Amino acid sequence: MLEYIIRRVLYVIPIGLGVTVLVFALVHMSPGDPLSAVVPPDAPEEMVQDLRKAYGFDKPLPIQYVTWLGRVVTGDLGVSVARGREVVDELRIAVPNTFILAAGGTLLGFTLGAIFGGIAGYFQGRWIDKLATAIAITGVSVPHYWLGLVLVIIFSVEMNVLPSIGMGPGGSTAWAWDAEHMRHLVLPVVTLAVIPMGLITRTVRATVAEILNQEFVQALHAKGLFQRQVLMHVVRNAAPTTLAVMGLQLGYLLGGSILVETVFQWPGTGSLLNSAIFERDLPLLQGTILVLAMFFVLLNLLVDILQSAIDPRMSRQ
Amino acid sequence: MTAPAVAEPVVRAEDVAVSFVGRDATVNAVNGVSFTLDPGEVLCILGESGSGKSVTLRALMRLLPFRRARLSGRIEIAGLDVMAMSDRALADLRGTEVGMIFQEPMVAFDPVYTVGRQITETIVRHEGVSQEQARRRALDLLDRVRIPSPERRLRAYPHELSGGMRQRAMIALALSCQPSLLLADEPTTALDATVQIQILLLLRELQREFGMAVIFVTHDVGVAVEIADRIAVMYGGRFVETGPVREIMRNPRHPYTQGLLASTVHSASRGQTLEAIPGSPPDMTRLPPGCAFAPRCRFAEPGCETPPAAIQLSPHHMVRCIRAT
Ligand SMILES: Nc1ncnc2c1ncn2[C@@H]1O[C@H](COP(=O)(O)OP(=O)(O)OP(=O)(O)O)[C@@H](O)[C@H]1O
Ligand code: SF4
Ligand SMILES: [Mg+2]
Repeated sequence: MLEYIIRRVLYVIPIGLGVTVLVFALVHMSPGDPLSAVVPPDAPEEMVQDLRKAYGFDKPLPIQYVTWLGRVVTGDLGVSVARGREVVDELRIAVPNTFILAAGGTLLGFTLGAIFGGIAGYFQGRWIDKLATAIAITGVSVPHYWLGLVLVIIFSVEMNVLPSIGMGPGGSTAWAWDAEHMRHLVLPVVTLAVIPMGLITRTVRATVAEILNQEFVQALHAKGLFQRQVLMHVVRNAAPTTLAVMGLQLGYLLGGSILVETVFQWPGTGSLLNSAIFERDLPLLQGTILVLAMFFVLLNLLVDILQSAIDPRMSRQ
Repeated sequence: MTAPAVAEPVVRAEDVAVSFVGRDATVNAVNGVSFTLDPGEVLCILGESGSGKSVTLRALMRLLPFRRARLSGRIEIAGLDVMAMSDRALADLRGTEVGMIFQEPMVAFDPVYTVGRQITETIVRHEGVSQEQARRRALDLLDRVRIPSPERRLRAYPHELSGGMRQRAMIALALSCQPSLLLADEPTTALDATVQIQILLLLRELQREFGMAVIFVTHDVGVAVEIADRIAVMYGGRFVETGPVREIMRNPRHPYTQGLLASTVHSASRGQTLEAIPGSPPDMTRLPPGCAFAPRCRFAEPGCETPPAAIQLSPHHMVRCIRAT
């Protein structure tokens, strides 16, 4: 077990390096001159060359990569071209906001998904199963943009009960545990939660139904265990698969939060990415993608370790 | 080890029938099975695949999917009316009065719980003892079924044991609350030949030691002869012939039993593969109205189209065939 964890943790190093290469390459291979955002089109050629030298863009790419990596590991992600502020400072504001939104969406989506899926799998083939399955299918087929807009129209425009944009009063960019911030959280979280909710419902339903058909469930009844004890066994058996799918979903959820943040103008990493792309702000783009990707890598690590802790068949092989 | 002569039977089954109601068809898996089983007695249910052996066994504990299965008849275990029991009373009966072992121990154990945990949770559930006491009992049980280094095996997961070891652990689990009845559904079929014999010997030994009654399902005549006091031959969801082992072996009266024994003896003497009875097992969704064996029986006659009654050839030898009179 411990050996597995150590091995898995060590894997993170090459994966992490790979991620930095990808992020670097992705940004540098995208079309357009990285300087176009800061240099006016009619600037004299000499000035462009000077700037290029100043940013180090005149060096070969491998050298640029190593220099960049060296700065990254010391926590220096450069200065945002468009905003003139440290990328790290921008991220320091945006990451917690994304985290709040993603955590809310995860909590809501996974909880509802697990409950609906569990009920549907247990009562397979009955009306309550059909209802939960219908909700799940609807959930996974609704695009974020569309759902976000519909919710805004209903709850903000028509009923005027919930705010439609921002994170708090007066364009707040720092989360606070008060009623106003909570009210701002409702619509984005619901929008974000719907797709994972549907997917988790489907997975849990299939997993539970499959487990209930296994002979060991009969054997548990044959031992005279109480129904709730048998259910505990079913939950323990369903947990590894569910967890694996949830881990994958966390990644998609992060992706979804970028869209949702754009729709609701939530001041998180999604909004940051969005403006970085439109403003061709390369350092900001690079830094944000890197942080999101690293987060994803660590998330997978966590899920793998958790899963092996729960499922004895995995880690011991 | 023999029980008092006039003891209450452990099992009394009367006209037990089970059908599975499906969307397109109803499977008549068991069609009126009656028998009694005395304390310490070993009954073998012998029959080919699909004849309703497992379903009969599970019906005794009402261990059937309640939404699809229709169960009727009378079942008494240790004098208690199983059919009238509440879910709670049924759960109290299972595991204490009745233990069960399965054909494939790999799939009968929960893969994500340790073997030890699965034994102790049963003991704690039924006897309310402490975890520590239960653990000590589990250790003792593994010792009884001759599992080497039992301490370590308690902490093992099912997939970490060999097939024979798993079946031993399954037996330990079934015996954990000293049941008076053990239901064994082809417990050796999935094992290697040598392991099969070891498990059979172990079961016989434990049966004598605990004085349990056993119902043992198999399709292997050799196994039945090895372990049974009495044999019930099953065909098309009915017991077509029952009697003491020696009586059945020496004087089989039902054409199906005769065919079954002939094919076994044949293969044993010539060392050939088992020669099956011609024809195929009946379709349990469309059983013939009379004798279910008629389509394969070379003695079939018009009279076989009404259900043959149970004929007592002797107090212990019953056969359902019109030719037996
Ligand atoms: N849960 C179920 N739902 C529907 N039909 C079932 C169910 N369980 C068993 N049956 C059917 O009942 C019949 C008897 O099955 P059973 O398992 O008792 O046979 P068996 O004698 O134990 O055979 P085998 O030697 O293959 O184990 C079969 O036709 C089987 O398809
Ligand atoms: S009742 Fe008729 S068909 Fe059935 S076994 Fe006897 S002779 Fe054959
Ligand atoms: Mg069977």
